[in-house]
Amino acid sequence: MNNSNIIMRIENLDKYFGGLHAVNSVAFDVEKGSIKSVIGPNGAGKTTMFNMIAGYETPSNGHVFFNDILITGKKPWQVAEHGVLRTFQNLKLSNHMSVLDNVLLGWHSLGSAGFLDGMFSSPLSRREEKKAKEAVFPILEWLNILDLKDSEVGNLSFGNQRAVELARALASNPSMLLLDEPAAGLNMHETTDLAKRIEKIRDQGRTVLLVEHDMSLVMDISDEIVVLNFGQKIAEGKPSEIQKNEEVVRIYLGGDDA
Amino acid sequence: MKRYYPVIILFITIVVIQILTFVTGKGYMLTQLTMSAYYVLVAVGLCMVMGYAGQISLGQAGFFAIGGYTTAFLTTIDFSDKAGTAIYKLLDTLGLLITKETLYGDTIMHMSPWVSLVSAVIIAGITAYLLGIPVLKLKGHYLAMATMGFGIIIYRLVLGTKIFGEADGISNVPSFTIFPGLELSGDFSTRISNYYIAWLLVIAAILLMVNLINSRVGRALRSLHGGEDASDAMGVDTARYKVIVFVIGAVFAALAGFFMTHYNGGIGPSEAGVGKSVRYVAIVAVGGMANIWGSLVMGLILNFLSLRGVFGHFDDAVFGVILVVMMMFMPEGFIRIAVYRDIKSFFHKILNRRKVEKIKLEHSHE
Repeated sequence: MNNSNIIMRIENLDKYFGGLHAVNSVAFDVEKGSIKSVIGPNGAGKTTMFNMIAGYETPSNGHVFFNDILITGKKPWQVAEHGVLRTFQNLKLSNHMSVLDNVLLGWHSLGSAGFLDGMFSSPLSRREEKKAKEAVFPILEWLNILDLKDSEVGNLSFGNQRAVELARALASNPSMLLLDEPAAGLNMHETTDLAKRIEKIRDQGRTVLLVEHDMSLVMDISDEIVVLNFGQKIAEGKPSEIQKNEEVVRIYLGGDDA
Repeated sequence: MKRYYPVIILFITIVVIQILTFVTGKGYMLTQLTMSAYYVLVAVGLCMVMGYAGQISLGQAGFFAIGGYTTAFLTTIDFSDKAGTAIYKLLDTLGLLITKETLYGDTIMHMSPWVSLVSAVIIAGITAYLLGIPVLKLKGHYLAMATMGFGIIIYRLVLGTKIFGEADGISNVPSFTIFPGLELSGDFSTRISNYYIAWLLVIAAILLMVNLINSRVGRALRSLHGGEDASDAMGVDTARYKVIVFVIGAVFAALAGFFMTHYNGGIGPSEAGVGKSVRYVAIVAVGGMANIWGSLVMGLILNFLSLRGVFGHFDDAVFGVILVVMMMFMPEGFIRIAVYRDIKSFFHKILNRRKVEKIKLEHSHE
């Protein structure tokens, strides 16, 4: 990698599901500190790509490098330890746990206290608990869920659950966030809030890779956009360029006059 | 600090129960209370595995038996005629041989239960580790079947092996002198001290687990219950955590087996039966799954009643029925904080219905 400003390099990713070529030689770079979006019609392979980056699926071919380290073939928890944190389209929260415990779980990869530390409440364990709480309280406050910290997550509204998931991801102080349709199920007001939050996250120096259906959100906040269709990359560029790209307009944005 | 209050309450309760049995002249009940404590220890371990980490195990009686049979086998070997052997010399130089006189005046020599205690814990731990690595990749009822299979293997093993006494089990297990003056035995004279040994062991286990639950590792374990994707995504090595908590559960069961065997002076194959494993699962379920205190309270009550013979011939059936009813109507467990919430929402519903009917009534008048 020559360009030190590239945080993630995706090289010719392929994924077959039986005879289906779900992702077909997709390659692109993600610039450090930018918001990059992956868009495309349903079934274009966006979520499969996400799963391959985050270690939930093994690519049939190709590599993903994060900070020059090969992360394909690693397990999800190992990818997370490298600082690449994901959120889920359908929310994967521990519903029976409190908001605070869920978000503290996000801090997990920064700590090192083990079973014995926990059982004997060792100084390391207590120090880490304190540190973790100090780290997550500002995040809870920023996402307006501090008042809910003791509520069981399963009882919250969908919008608040999304906020908890985002808080949990941020608690690990990730250098890169993979957001899988973070606006799904949110109302207009919540989506506007979300857009501001994602931009703020980028301004903190983090990199964001976004899969999203909400076009106005994507066009508003993305620095760069990759368009997938039937598993292939058909366009890549700035939002203004994508909006002008005829193929994208034909295939995706104006699908019904094709 | 707040999380230690229940532990203090537990300790006070234990003392109060002991005083009550003394005052009312029902000291004989301490025997069942002591045995219940050991079963509670198994339930506490299973509560971590099943309730908190969400991994069912129908093989806990197998680990209990590993603990019990290990010590029963090792401490009943008579070394008095093995003076020349290497093991004899080794144990003798380490001061781990105990000479005792039997009822009939013969001298016997057996190895110190400290040796068998360490052995029991190590054997159970390694077994759980080696079993856990492949088996914990399974989920739900597949995991239940696999662990039950393990339990059955142990049961058939102790039932069919001569050195484990086949159907008779192993008796004449010597008492365990923990330190001079404190003896782990079922002897009448040590009843009160043994009651405290058992319950202090439970308190120690609970203290460790309460700490663990509220730690970094504990949160990760609890998150497994709701599905592993979330834990994975947050950097939790789920496979490793599951195996370790399984080992903890197994070691607790083996410790219980060890202590119970020395307390009873023997162990039989019924302790390894699947019926016993089902009991432990039923206790954790009725105790509220992810609720270590529920497991403790229900484990104490149900085992005490069972050991007092209250359930009569229906002993195992009672636990079976409890499990079936729990799974059908309250798979989340009986004692849980949410009960309060359910009651509240129930009254809310009733009140709202009244309101709705009132509104309907007003509309029909118009």
